Amino acid sequence: MTTDSRVADLREVRGPSALGGGPRRFFDLLWLMSVTEFKRVYFGTVLGYLWSLIRPLMLFGVLLFVFTQVFKVGSNLVEHYPVFLLLGIVQFTFFQESTTNAVTSVVAQEGVVRKTQFPRLVIPVSTVLTGAFNFCLNLAIVIVFIFAFGVDPTWTWLLCPIALVLLFVFTTAVSMALSVLYVRFRDIAIIWIVVAQVLFYATPILYPVNFKPGGDFEHLLMINPLAVIFEQVRIWVLAEPEAPTIVQAAGGWLGLIPAAVIFLGICAFGAWIFKRDAPRIAEEL
Amino acid sequence: MSAEETIVNPGPRAAPGPGAPIAIQVEDLHKSFRIPTQRVDSLKERAVHPFAPREYRELHALDGVSFEIRKGEFFGIVGRNGSGKSTLLKLLASIYRADSGTIRLAGRMAPFIELGVGFNADLTARENVVLNGVMMGLTPREMRRRLDSVIEFAELGEFADLKLKSYSSGMLVRLAFSVMMEADADVLLIDEVLAVGDASFQQKCADAFHQMKAEGKTIVLVTHEMAAVESYCDRAMLLSDGEIQHVGEPAEIGREYLKLNFEGGVESGGTAATDDSDGARLVDCRIAGGDGATLTTLEHGEEIHLQVEVELLRDVPAVHVGFVIANADELGLFEFGELVTGESGGMLEAGKRVVVKARVENSLGTGRHFVHLGVQGPGGVSIYIHKALSFVVFGTQQSRGVIVLDYEVEATVEDQAR
Repeated sequence: MTTDSRVADLREVRGPSALGGGPRRFFDLLWLMSVTEFKRVYFGTVLGYLWSLIRPLMLFGVLLFVFTQVFKVGSNLVEHYPVFLLLGIVQFTFFQESTTNAVTSVVAQEGVVRKTQFPRLVIPVSTVLTGAFNFCLNLAIVIVFIFAFGVDPTWTWLLCPIALVLLFVFTTAVSMALSVLYVRFRDIAIIWIVVAQVLFYATPILYPVNFKPGGDFEHLLMINPLAVIFEQVRIWVLAEPEAPTIVQAAGGWLGLIPAAVIFLGICAFGAWIFKRDAPRIAEEL
Repeated sequence: MSAEETIVNPGPRAAPGPGAPIAIQVEDLHKSFRIPTQRVDSLKERAVHPFAPREYRELHALDGVSFEIRKGEFFGIVGRNGSGKSTLLKLLASIYRADSGTIRLAGRMAPFIELGVGFNADLTARENVVLNGVMMGLTPREMRRRLDSVIEFAELGEFADLKLKSYSSGMLVRLAFSVMMEADADVLLIDEVLAVGDASFQQKCADAFHQMKAEGKTIVLVTHEMAAVESYCDRAMLLSDGEIQHVGEPAEIGREYLKLNFEGGVESGGTAATDDSDGARLVDCRIAGGDGATLTTLEHGEEIHLQVEVELLRDVPAVHVGFVIANADELGLFEFGELVTGESGGMLEAGKRVVVKARVENSLGTGRHFVHLGVQGPGGVSIYIHKALSFVVFGTQQSRGVIVLDYEVEATVEDQAR
């Protein structure tokens, strides 16, 4: 039949989507966008990388001073309090910066979204990946501190990537949901700043999970997936014999279930809402 | 014919026949937008009024559109504002998702929408070009290889490392157009590119279109400029209120489009012809190209060959055929004509056809021009058509005057104390 040869090459165009266009193109674009953005931040300003380093280091300096000199509690709580603090701050900075940048990312790329067809998922994920590049550089500073404060290397350091991958996945899921919600609800940006601030205190960064000043909040704290991840990183890096394991902190294996449910729930929600809204982003803008 | 020659003068290229493979196939496409009567764009409002009815107005942008475009065809989509032509292009470009119906497309596609291909103002031209290429389906390595030719085509060599936020709109359009050109896609979707840019850029676009046409690419051009459709397109489609009014020859679509404009009572800026005739009938009136084709664009300096054919309905001793060339402001620039008499003083009989061919030197400035046509003879024989023809003169030199004359300038510098 002649019609067959006439339409042989045709492929259906289904409109924009979160992932369409093949994995090759997705990863090419993801890598290119992340690296370009990273370079822009690095070489775009006079101080470049220093800027992204100054914020966590300033926070670290202030908090270290307050909790070791003013209140003099830090070092009683954890043997290597400065390292513990810095580790928490660097991890949280990754989470906070990536998600905050992701909120406006899709809208900021309006010009591209409205004129070009490409997998929409690239936008929030590249924001997180850019944050991850920063995180890796900040980790170098952490390692310097680790040795400077005399923490002994242990084999459990090698396990840390497992926790960091979970942190990356969680951050990505939150970023996906926020970026697409912001298209329709512009107050998400303000709400998220407050929520992130709350999360900072609801995660064992300033204090260890077993800190019990007025009551036993351990179990409650371990509902927060970030708390579980940060605590596990602390255990693997600092290897303190007296620190509770995450199972102990949560009061048994069952205590970890809420955190796991929240983690998976947010991942599922992020994926679902992004997939649902991705085809219509260009129309809503 | 060498490749170079093909670019300079593609000549009449036969439109792909019905047996040619199909490049774009659209079946029963529907797309509507929900326009909220009251916009709720914060969570706070949603939280404060959780059960407030959310009212929408349905806007049917496209209502059951089906058509096919053959491979290698230059296809025009015309329509008035709000006819759905831009929505259709965005659906083809996979930027919007259709409500129902299918779009099928062969090969790689490059869009050029709203004067751009989607740039990030905070990045340099180089970075944007590579990003765009990857979005259009090239690998980063391929696009980096083509980077230099993109920058060169856009004539932006010295600005390649400048952030796009410092670019002028003209520079952006040039860059976007060259990205699309160099993306080497099989199908090009172009929206309103001809409305912008200076004369030299328009010239470049024109050359580029001819080249792409010669290379057998499938091009879809959305525009409301009929002159562009008639000079480039093999076929065209007229959209009105989300439905296809007509698909056919560009000239035919041009007439339909005019008719549509008049029905709506909207003053058209294009070739609004008013016809007033008696005793004679206009058969043909056009600007003829070298090979007998009808031209709607002329390069400055390219002679204008007007061709008019009038059928007489009464016997008359003579008729005068006159032309006025006017510019876009309807300022008459030049008037000329010819008295046509019967052989050896005899009558011109009814039924005879008077053919007038005029050759006019083209000293016109760049831009749109009109030709008013008048035919007059004794006994009330008359035809007057205001804006009988419309054409665009393009050229590489921008001129502020309405005409461009040959000139010689001699300048000397002399000492005051002589």
